[in-house]
Amino acid sequence: MKEPVVESLASESGWQRFRKDRAAVWSGWFLVAVAAVCFLSPWLAPYPYMAQDLAHSAEAPSSAHWLGTDLLGRDVLSRLLQGGMISLFVGLIATAVALVVGICYGVLAAEVGGRAEDALMRFVDIVSTLPLTLIVILCTVVFGQNMPMIFLAVGGVSWLTMARIIRNQTRELKGSQFVQAAESLGQSRWGVFRRHYLPNLAGTIAVCATLTVPGVMLLEAFVSFLGLGVKAPMTSWGLMIKEGADIMEECPWLLISPSAVFALTLLSLNFLGDGLRDAFDPRSSRK
Amino acid sequence: MAYVLRRLLEMIPVLLIVVAATFFLAHAVPGGPFDKERPLPAEVKARLESYYGLDKPLTTQLGNYVANLAQGDLGPSIKYPGWSVREVIGSRIGVSAALGFVSLLIAVLIGVPVGVLAASRPNSWLDRVPMGFTLVGICVPSFVLGPILALVFSLGLGWLPPCGWGSPIHFVLPACTLGLITAAPLARLTRGSLMEVRSLDYVRTARAKGVAPLRVWFVHALRNALLPVVTYLGPAAAGLVSGSFVIESLFDVPGMGRLFVTAIINRDVTLILGTTIVYAAALLFLNLAADLANAALNPKVARDR
Repeated sequence: MKEPVVESLASESGWQRFRKDRAAVWSGWFLVAVAAVCFLSPWLAPYPYMAQDLAHSAEAPSSAHWLGTDLLGRDVLSRLLQGGMISLFVGLIATAVALVVGICYGVLAAEVGGRAEDALMRFVDIVSTLPLTLIVILCTVVFGQNMPMIFLAVGGVSWLTMARIIRNQTRELKGSQFVQAAESLGQSRWGVFRRHYLPNLAGTIAVCATLTVPGVMLLEAFVSFLGLGVKAPMTSWGLMIKEGADIMEECPWLLISPSAVFALTLLSLNFLGDGLRDAFDPRSSRK
Repeated sequence: MAYVLRRLLEMIPVLLIVVAATFFLAHAVPGGPFDKERPLPAEVKARLESYYGLDKPLTTQLGNYVANLAQGDLGPSIKYPGWSVREVIGSRIGVSAALGFVSLLIAVLIGVPVGVLAASRPNSWLDRVPMGFTLVGICVPSFVLGPILALVFSLGLGWLPPCGWGSPIHFVLPACTLGLITAAPLARLTRGSLMEVRSLDYVRTARAKGVAPLRVWFVHALRNALLPVVTYLGPAAAGLVSGSFVIESLFDVPGMGRLFVTAIINRDVTLILGTTIVYAAALLFLNLAADLANAALNPKVARDR
């Protein structure tokens, strides 16, 4: 894009720039809609998600069951909504876990400085080369595949990139004049963190968080797909895709609807994250 | 050389930590390898456990395991009686390595040219269409793309076998699935990095002094633009590993990924440990290789360390 970036920076706020990014705005609304429908699913879903109706098993989409039924005669639409609730829940909570760990670790590394900082960041480098999916799978199995542990395990391996970015930003802030001024006026470390670091990191954190959610959801879907994540009768999009893939020859609708919704959600999250980054973090915007 | 040695030495404590972490996790998995539908008589179970050394305290077991590991012995497999973990892994690792290599090759052969093409005509249809596809490639997980490809090419068109293993034709679907998924971020990375490099002064200088456009493109710009792409191959390999778990179960490929998943389901502690260690070591080596390749391409990196 050849627009004069500097000028637009001076005359527009981040939100104004964001609103011009149509793909990002539509993605945002799409995500709001999906999240609203999924989280309201206990009231909106046409059938209870675990209600079996063996007389109507494996039926193609019809007016009674808009997205068809699965092998046990459960309504696919209702399960899709319930699975979405789980997938989004994992996405949000695991991202929150990753966010907290990443911010603490990154800021800590930048604060201690020197050799300790090098060691801390080298640790991040090394851990990020390890086969973390294996560890997540092991953790979820060890802790009995219950939901809070899946959140923790997935979040526990997703904070590495976050820590790296936060540390770089904090280092920059640490050298800036207003932080030095605050320090020389005797503000405590905690005060500097709360009053100066956090507000200045907020944009980066928002962008990072948006871009972490799809990765986290993908990881949960991986684990559930292998049958080692969410347990029946609950479901998640990953598990539904797995069940659909098993019998895709006979009942393709069991594969198509969860795959489509899952892919669209990830796509929207990526669009939204890119849009936010371009609007609020002009230095790293795509050229 | 000193650098390589340092990196290799660094791997030892890392692997030890991985071994210890996996060891305790694997032993904490509820249920044991001898739990069947009907419980074994107590004395039989006790004898089995003492045979495999499972009755000793965990720390002693870990010590023994590490001592054996140092000699290249990964212990006996519990679920495959008479086989050692090394033999079990040895029989599977070739399949996964070949699959991973072919996938990575497909990814590079598709991803890099697509990225170059897109960057050569930014914001034209040549850029927009492939980049749109790569965005889809990033968002469609391998376990969605795999079934779709199988649905189209084996069940719809009947060109390829949907699953199984044995002849080269069985390679096509799993390798393409993994390769295409990995090609997407590679193409985006190549494009982004080329766009950045081509606006640099030295490229303008080369153009100004009359170097042929194609030569500027491939010799001057591309060589520098490929540096982040080479670095990305390390993480890409890690992505292939997690992708292979799913793809191997999906297409019925007898590789390491499926071995790991069945080992977890069977609570085969030694096999879980063995596969994790092999994966961790392989990824550490691949990352080292990527870093070395980067240093070979970029004198600046070589000087920095």
